[in-house]
Order: sequence, then C-alpha cells, then structure tokens
Amino acid sequence: MNTRVSGGIKPKHQRLVLIVIALVALIGAGLLAAYALSNQASYFYVPADLVKNPPEQGRAIRLGGMVEKGSLKTRSDGVTIDFVVGDGKARVPVRFTGITPDLFVEGSGVVAEGRMEKQTFVADNLLAKHDENYVPRQMGDMTPEQAKQVVAETK
Amino acid sequence: MHGFANPARFLRLARWMMPLLLVSGLLLSMGAVLYGVLVVPPDRLMGETVRILFIHVPAAWLGMAGWSTIAIASLVELVWRHPLAAIAGRAAAVPGAVFTAICLATGSIWARPTWGTWWVWDGRLTSFLILLFLYFGYIALSGAAQRDMAGGGGGNRITAIFGLVGAINIPIINRSVVWWNSLHQPPSITADKSAIDGTFLWPLLIAALGFSLVFGGVVVARMRTLLADIQAEARLRRKAMA
Repeated sequence: MNTRVSGGIKPKHQRLVLIVIALVALIGAGLLAAYALSNQASYFYVPADLVKNPPEQGRAIRLGGMVEKGSLKTRSDGVTIDFVVGDGKARVPVRFTGITPDLFVEGSGVVAEGRMEKQTFVADNLLAKHDENYVPRQMGDMTPEQAKQVVAETK
Repeated sequence: MHGFANPARFLRLARWMMPLLLVSGLLLSMGAVLYGVLVVPPDRLMGETVRILFIHVPAAWLGMAGWSTIAIASLVELVWRHPLAAIAGRAAAVPGAVFTAICLATGSIWARPTWGTWWVWDGRLTSFLILLFLYFGYIALSGAAQRDMAGGGGGNRITAIFGLVGAINIPIINRSVVWWNSLHQPPSITADKSAIDGTFLWPLLIAALGFSLVFGGVVVARMRTLLADIQAEARLRRKAMA
C-alpha cells in the first residue's frame, strides 16, 4: 500500500510504533490529570483534612469517616443527634437533625453534608457509606472466630 | 491471525459458537441470579438489598470488559487492518452499553436504601456515567462509518481512534475508589483476598461467568449480522453497477 516507507520498515510495524507512542503519551496524560485531580475529585474530606486545613466557617463541604462507638447521643427533642466522626487521626463532633439512613450505626462509615460552625460540623444530610465487606446476617452477630468456625464446619 | 481474514472461516466457527455461548450463558446466569434472589441469606447490614449484587457486579464487569474489547479491536484495526476488527468493535458496543446502563440503574436502586440517595457525583459513579456516554459516541461514530463504506474505510479508522482514546477511562474507573475518597466502597475482590463472604461470592462469580458467556454470544451474533449486512449491501451495489 505505502511503499515510500524509509529504512525498509513494514507499514504495519510503523503503525504499531506510532500507536504505542500515542498510547504512552495518552496514558501519561491521563495519569497526570488523575494525579492533579487527587484533591479536587475527592467526594469528601476526612477529619484529618479538616483539622489540618480548617475550611471557612459556613462553606458547604462534605465530611466522611467512621461514627465512633459510644459517641451517638439523641437529644431530648428526639430528632437531633450528636456523634463524633473519626478517621484514626482526628475527630470531629457532628450535629444532625432529621431521619438517618438504615445503615447509619455506630462503628460504620458515614458521609455528612453540611458546614463547620465553630468546632462542630452541622450536617444537613447524612449518607451511609457501605464498606467492602459482605457478611450474611447470621454471621454478623458472631465474633470473627465463631464465624470462621461456622464457615469451616459448613464446608 | 489472518486465517480469519476470510469471513467465511469465522462464520463457520460462529455458527456453532453462538448458540453454545448463549445457551450455556443464559443457564448459568439465570441459575446464579435465581439462587442469589431466592436462597442466599440477607446481609448483616444491607438486608435483602444485597441480592442486587448478583446483577450489578457482573454488569459492571461487562461494561468495562466491553470497552476493553473495543480497545483491542481498535488496536488490531489500526495496526493490522484486520477485516473483522472494526466489526468486532462495533458488535461489542451495544451489549457493552446495555450492561453499563444496567449497572448504573441497579446501583442507583441499591444506593437509595443503602446510602440514602439515588445518585452522588463521586469518582466511581461519575467515571462510570462517562463510560456510558463514550459508548453512545462510539455507537454513533461506528454507525456513521458503516454507512460511509464508500469512503474507503477511513471512517473505521476514526472510530478505532475514538475506541483507543476512550480506553483511558477504564483504568480511571478501576482506580477511582482508591485514588479519591468516594461514597462507593473500595474493591471487595482483589487478587489475594475477598471481603465478600463465600455465601455471596460463589453465586456472584458464577453469575459473572454466565453474563460473560451471554455477552460473548451476543457479540458473535451481532458480528454475523453485521457481516451479512455488508454482504447484502455489496451485492446490491454490484447489481446497481451492472
């Protein structure tokens, strides 16, 4: 087809080399873009981010982390709850008024939408974050050792 | 590889491959999904909604596998100009888009009771929605290239370039939950361990295999149809000339 290729390289191989170069450039550009986006593309801040770089008071942000065990308290009005979101490095107290999603329990992940007011995060909306673990209900109540035993027995 | 350059050889193979893939795939996926819906126990936290896993995860896998097929076919089209490559890419686009849409829809239905919202713009969900739009673009482009065969196949090459460039989205989807904080959970199944209990994992893997076989069967069926279309058109053109 194309007989003018210099150096006797087959057109097929020339195309392959060109496409490999183009792909390397493309992947490099994609990785650079993803790296540059690493802060902007995150869906929420973790408590450590909020403590390190405190956002302006009243700016709408999202806070994500684990609901600390034993921190969840319902106020006397019955619909306002207080709890602490932690990520192992920092802790942020959160206040929320409204209906919580089913999966919102102590010790599980949560994403709260709202703003900082003084030292408290006031949430307008709570989203439960499901982790990567899928465990049947019967085994969820057991300790990991018991569950392992049951799995071993049923195999 | 150029043994298949003659479509007749591919068509002979496709004639028995297609029903084999479709029947075995449908049996496996229906069995696994029914088992997942009727037999598997509810999840500790999610309850009954965990059952959507058996459709959502295989659909997600095939949405991404579909574009990987397009990317490989595009590379073969651009470098080796294999006559079946453009057809294979085009055949994979529609089922890939359908599985992508199924994944988005089932994920949204699952998210409402689990997260408390139908949709969020986090890294995983956004990049997967972009995948659906890329499919739409690819389908439109490959359709236009097909109608413009008189143009000497240049349209096929443009489509293939789009298929290759779009492939950059696949690793982004895969890594989105690792690179960025996202509401979507990180991967449950990695090379060395699974955070999914065996009770859920086995039906899930069988469903994924079944869905994949169905996908393969649909791609082969569509390749046969597209080849028949091209032949019919070529015959008409010859008649018009005579």
